[in-house]
Amino acid sequence: MSTLDLLGLSELHSGEEREISSTVRRLLDDQVRPHVMQWYEDGRVPARELAREFGKLGLLGMHLSGYGCAGASAVAYGLACLELEAADSGVRSLVSVQGSLAMYAIWRYGSAEQKQEWLPRMATGEALGCFGLTEPDHGSDPASMATRARRDGTDWILDGGKMWITNAPVAAVAVIWARGPEGIVGFAVPTDTPGFTAREVRHKLSLRASSTGEVVLDGVRVPESARLPEARGLKAPLSCLTEARAGIAWGALGAARDCLTVTIDYATSRYQFGRPVAGFQLTQAKLADMAVEWHKGYLLALHLGRRADAGILTPEQVSVGKLNNVREALAIARTCRTILGANGISGEYPVLRHANNLESVLTYEGTSEIHQLVIGQKLTGLSAFS
Amino acid sequence: MNIVVLVKQVPDSGAERELRSDDQTIDRSSANNVLNEMDEYAVEEALKLQEALGGEVTVLTMGPEQAGEAIRKALQMGPDKAVHVLDGALHGSCAVATSKVLAAALRTLNPDLVLAGAESTDGRVQVMPHMIAERLGIAALTGARKLTVDGGTLTVERQTEEGYEVVTAATPAIVSVWDTINEPRYPSLKGIMAAKKKPVQTLSLADLGISPDEVGFAGSTSTVVESTKRPPRQAGTKVTDSGDGGVQLVEFLATERFV
Ligand SMILES: Cc1cc2nc3c(=O)[nH]c(=O)nc-3n(C[C@H](O)[C@H](O)[C@H](O)COP(=O)(O)OP(=O)(O)OC[C@H]3O[C@@H](n4cnc5c(N)ncnc54)[C@H](O)[C@@H]3O)c2cc1C
Repeated sequence: MSTLDLLGLSELHSGEEREISSTVRRLLDDQVRPHVMQWYEDGRVPARELAREFGKLGLLGMHLSGYGCAGASAVAYGLACLELEAADSGVRSLVSVQGSLAMYAIWRYGSAEQKQEWLPRMATGEALGCFGLTEPDHGSDPASMATRARRDGTDWILDGGKMWITNAPVAAVAVIWARGPEGIVGFAVPTDTPGFTAREVRHKLSLRASSTGEVVLDGVRVPESARLPEARGLKAPLSCLTEARAGIAWGALGAARDCLTVTIDYATSRYQFGRPVAGFQLTQAKLADMAVEWHKGYLLALHLGRRADAGILTPEQVSVGKLNNVREALAIARTCRTILGANGISGEYPVLRHANNLESVLTYEGTSEIHQLVIGQKLTGLSAFS
Repeated sequence: MNIVVLVKQVPDSGAERELRSDDQTIDRSSANNVLNEMDEYAVEEALKLQEALGGEVTVLTMGPEQAGEAIRKALQMGPDKAVHVLDGALHGSCAVATSKVLAAALRTLNPDLVLAGAESTDGRVQVMPHMIAERLGIAALTGARKLTVDGGTLTVERQTEEGYEVVTAATPAIVSVWDTINEPRYPSLKGIMAAKKKPVQTLSLADLGISPDEVGFAGSTSTVVESTKRPPRQAGTKVTDSGDGGVQLVEFLATERFV
């Protein structure tokens, strides 16, 4: 951050926050950065090995308390997301889904036994989790989901399918949301349960260093003890998304930071017409505008993080952060790409990889349009969703 | 097993380091001060032994106020507590005087095992473990690349230029380690957060029963009288290959005694 910190942002952090951020960065420099382009190119990521490394550091569910989780602040978690996404949005997604979606769902809505069974192993990275809400025919409108949960004696039978489920092919446990007789219910389903399959989604042109699955639930029988007892209605999965989105508002800044530092470096050493391309006013205008947006986004993320730590963060506020920071990060990545010229499209530089990844980030966890509707409703009192 | 690890704050060996012009001691104000790298291996070894055998791990340092940073770095890796010998009169202490202070502090801690890095990247004299052993009347097993503990017996593979020697001693003893011995862990996020809450005891010279004139410039057996900067690096030798490049390379390596 030092090179990009025009506003003294680092002074807004405690020593502990700075140390957490540099520790995460050091791990990524060691274990992820040297390999991530290859993973991206291969469309394959060693998710289980990475999870163990991240678990050792305490990254998985780091903002949760108990069960082996670190109990860090929301701001510290945000800084970790930023560092992770500066390496790759896919790698950050692995951690977000594990901590903010799968672990959080169990931590917040699970029974004591479920927490004991899953959370310690998920914190160490021994067990990966996924979070299945989206379906092939129901994305932005999960309330109309088609996956069904019906009772059979004391058991539950799950039928349906989930689509675009991060970590599903590598997960040991899937948090599955389904329509039950009395509304939306959630389950912690061991992925080795008969009838549960998760196939890798192929041909992604974005978030390639992340495992994404298509889940089929074909008469999956689970006991009542697999149902998340405290989850009632769609509020439950949506509250998990709020958790994850707060991290994404930070994460996107990481991808943008990486683009900016690489681009400034490139532009100052690339000569055309006898001088560095960074010396042209048009380039400087781009760099200045991008840096200004980045700093605004940072202050926004930090504001939201401090509110989360004070327990006063609302979903609309998270929408402001997710909408703005991902949108601006994507604009930054694309503009950086122009400055790198042809090299901008090369995997030798991280810029187009980040830009492509951010296309996914713009869509998942609530598309930009959905966040505009959330904010619009708050401003006008009118719901424009349907 | 009760283990004490000696740690030291040193100026980052990767950055420019300066001596102060007034008293020829390290200029800590201009330096980027870090935990001596080899000490991380000693801390790691202590933690591994603790995981296997139980007991307590304490880190011990002597140094100015800011050496507390190095203590915190070490504690983040996992030790239970720390002792910081802090006294204005210590400034300028030579190795002999330092060993007196550390030995006195170790007596208050009564460890079964003292672990240390084989050298610090600032002084690089490699004598502290021996001096402390002498003062405490315990064995020094130095330069370990492997350490095993069997009851009260320590066995060390002592790294030498030719290979290694196997040496043993009974506890209590002091063992110094090279960076070949293990791979130090990253501090975990929990470790970072917990380190702030771990007890750090500060001891003064008075607490240790040492008089100020036994240490510092007054009590030191050696003094740095003068220092000059290292001359700028000479340009290297360039070998142009016109068919005999290989021969020239070997000749260069031979004259420089690299082979
Ligand atoms: C790489 C990746 C990983 C993912 N991981 C997960 C995961 O782990 N778990 C999970 O459950 N889901 C996951 N998702 C799914 C993601 O959350 C959905 O893609 C997202 O919610 C959007 O749904 P959709 O793709 O069906 O788009 P649609 O809902 O079909 O939307 C299509 C377009 O219509 C717009 N639109 C929809 N409704 C409205 C409206 N009312 N007003 C205005 N515009 C509207 C949208 O904004 C969008 O532009 C992932 C997606 C991707 C790409």
